[in-house]
Amino acid sequence: MSDSGECMTKDPAFLEALRRDMLKFARLQLRDDALAEDTVQEALASAFASDNFSGRSAVKTWVFAILKNKIIDQIRVRNRSVNISALSAEEESMDQAFESLFSSSDRWSQAAMPSDWGSPEDSLRQKHFWEVFEACLNHLPENTARVFMMREFLEFDTAEVCKELSITVSNCNVILHRARNGLRRCLENGWFLPGEQRC
Amino acid sequence: MLKCKGVTHLLSESLDRKLTLKERLSLKFHLAMCGACSTYSKQMALLKCACDAYRISKHKD
Repeated sequence: MSDSGECMTKDPAFLEALRRDMLKFARLQLRDDALAEDTVQEALASAFASDNFSGRSAVKTWVFAILKNKIIDQIRVRNRSVNISALSAEEESMDQAFESLFSSSDRWSQAAMPSDWGSPEDSLRQKHFWEVFEACLNHLPENTARVFMMREFLEFDTAEVCKELSITVSNCNVILHRARNGLRRCLENGWFLPGEQRC
Repeated sequence: MLKCKGVTHLLSESLDRKLTLKERLSLKFHLAMCGACSTYSKQMALLKCACDAYRISKHKD
């Protein structure tokens, strides 16, 4: 496998697929098409500029590591001007939807009993599941998505997320809980209960 | 006494930090008694599994 990297970088189809994949990943995190394009372009350019590029067997791993760092740089620049803990209308409505699942005694209400989603393998090996999953990620409000992506896809720990975004740990926990329950609701509607009436 | 809504918070936090012994025990106790929360915790596990698989797919050739 020692020189497969070189072969792949000379293969236009491989490069195009890689670029498309990178773009999708960058768009999810940055929520800005032009900025995502620039960031991917920059990541590819610095990958090509490096002597390490040819001969690398794990080209994709390596290029994505560069891309992650570029995304983190962008997030750092942009977060200086963003108040992450301010709630948008969308986030407020997510919180209301979550609260409505419970009775006044904080137990699941009869209508909101969690349903069996079956085994992960059954869903995760289906292409359509991943389309729904990505759509659900895209559907998260921007600030909620930012914190969730940093935690799950850029692999920050909570302390680092708090530091980068100047929020408290408890605030961070609230946002991650909101993101997970928002994704849960979206997956339930879009994948696990297809055909069910939505309100 | 831990209620279902609190369980959803603890389950989320368990993905981000190590829960205290007291938290782990009350969570375990609640899940053993409550079918709805037990189902919910499996949903959250599937979601985590999906996130990990999605992230790892960006690491492989």
